[in-house]
Amino acid sequence: MINRREAIKQVTAMLGGVVFVGSGDLLTAIEHAHARVTAARKQIGSFTAQDVALLDEVADTILPETKTPGAKAAHTGAFMALMVTDTYDDKQQAIFRDGVKKLNDASFMTATPAQRLAQLEQLDREQKAYMDTRPDGAPPHFFRLMKELALFGYFTSEIGCTQAMRYRETPGRFDPCVPYTPGETTWAGHA
Amino acid sequence: MATGRLTLRPFAIVTEVLYDRNKKRATGVRVLDAVTEQTTDYSARIIFLCASTLNSTWLLLRSATNVWPGGLGSSSDALGRNLMDHHFRAGASGRIEGLDDKYYYGRRPTGFYIPRYRNLFGDKREYLRGFGYQGGASRSGWSRAVAELGVGAAFKDAAAQPGSWSIGGTAFGEMLPNPANRVTIDPTKRDKWGLPVLAIDCATGENERLMRKDMMNDMAEMLEASGVKDVRTYDNGYWPGMGIHEMGTARMGRDPKTSVLNSHNQVWDAPNVFVTDGSCMASTACPNPSLTYMALTARAADFAVSELKRNNL
Repeated sequence: MINRREAIKQVTAMLGGVVFVGSGDLLTAIEHAHARVTAARKQIGSFTAQDVALLDEVADTILPETKTPGAKAAHTGAFMALMVTDTYDDKQQAIFRDGVKKLNDASFMTATPAQRLAQLEQLDREQKAYMDTRPDGAPPHFFRLMKELALFGYFTSEIGCTQAMRYRETPGRFDPCVPYTPGETTWAGHA
Repeated sequence: MATGRLTLRPFAIVTEVLYDRNKKRATGVRVLDAVTEQTTDYSARIIFLCASTLNSTWLLLRSATNVWPGGLGSSSDALGRNLMDHHFRAGASGRIEGLDDKYYYGRRPTGFYIPRYRNLFGDKREYLRGFGYQGGASRSGWSRAVAELGVGAAFKDAAAQPGSWSIGGTAFGEMLPNPANRVTIDPTKRDKWGLPVLAIDCATGENERLMRKDMMNDMAEMLEASGVKDVRTYDNGYWPGMGIHEMGTARMGRDPKTSVLNSHNQVWDAPNVFVTDGSCMASTACPNPSLTYMALTARAADFAVSELKRNNL
């Protein structure tokens, strides 16, 4: 048995790796994190309301509204701020906060949607090139952290689970092999 | 419950098994109420300890110390020794090509299990005993997108769809008993009730280290032989306790000189005390142990009842 804090830590500690979501503990932890995000959405830890708004826009540029709502609608920015505050160590927090500063310096908030997308595409290429070749133990790129938390926050939110993906609270049965048509979304709540 | 002869006593911390040195029998237990902090003694003809591995041993270590300084059941010096667990977190996984037009519905109740095959049927490895595999196959979810290039609408919609199939298995290995792996009563630390806590001194050894190589490589070999692509092995590290399958420290045996319990889970030094949780295990094998504890408990209870009826207890 691991506690919630440990469960979240285990996931967020897998910087640059593949996040594995599967245990009941972890799902409970995520539920609680989302509940707290909804409850307190102004100041989170040392993140100001402006910081959270920036993170919302970053997440929403990575995961915008398509046929389904985007990351901002799921309060992903607040989720990211909460996860950094509660589960990142000092070094990781510094990297993340430095990233927030870089985006502010690049006038991300006042940029047009097309400019934002172009900025993040550039950062994404940078982080991917860096993360794929970094030596063991080298610090992660801030944008990998942001992207990871944006995906994590959005796809574990109610909107992410029930609208972006498909969710059945009580599936009632298990069919191990059924036809799949391209375009159908993932079952939420699976490992 | 239906008989009206069962009393559940909540908030009860059993602090000691009471022992009568003249009768050479346990006479009951002392209970500290966790809420009121009142102490009550309960008397009984027979006593079953099934408090989970470490707690039952903690209780024995604290009982009858006026007769045996090492506690009830310590005459062989086996009490507290040979703490074991299952070592795991090593295995392999890979990607399955094709089957993109297949998916599943609902929540998979269980994955696959491969029972132990090493050091059996004439197989001989450089280590003793072996391991079993627990694994499964699934289509990847959004988490794969973390390491993929992309941001924006197309990236989001792709991340919401299932990815390729992958399959993997993690080995659960047998940890050998080692008398140096032991629990003792900590001489200094106390809990909130002022009770001493256990000091745990336990580590894996050379046998486990050697076994972990096979735990990774065997699964990789099986996956590759099955046509799985991009097979990678992993050893994510392990220390005793991670498996939460703690066993040993009051082991059964045929010889009272080397064990704490006899084959009926009776404490050699006090036959009206039975210990039927994981502490009784003399070795861990590699499957999940709870069903074995339940079977041993039922067997010991049946034995105790028949012995009571024959007035042997």
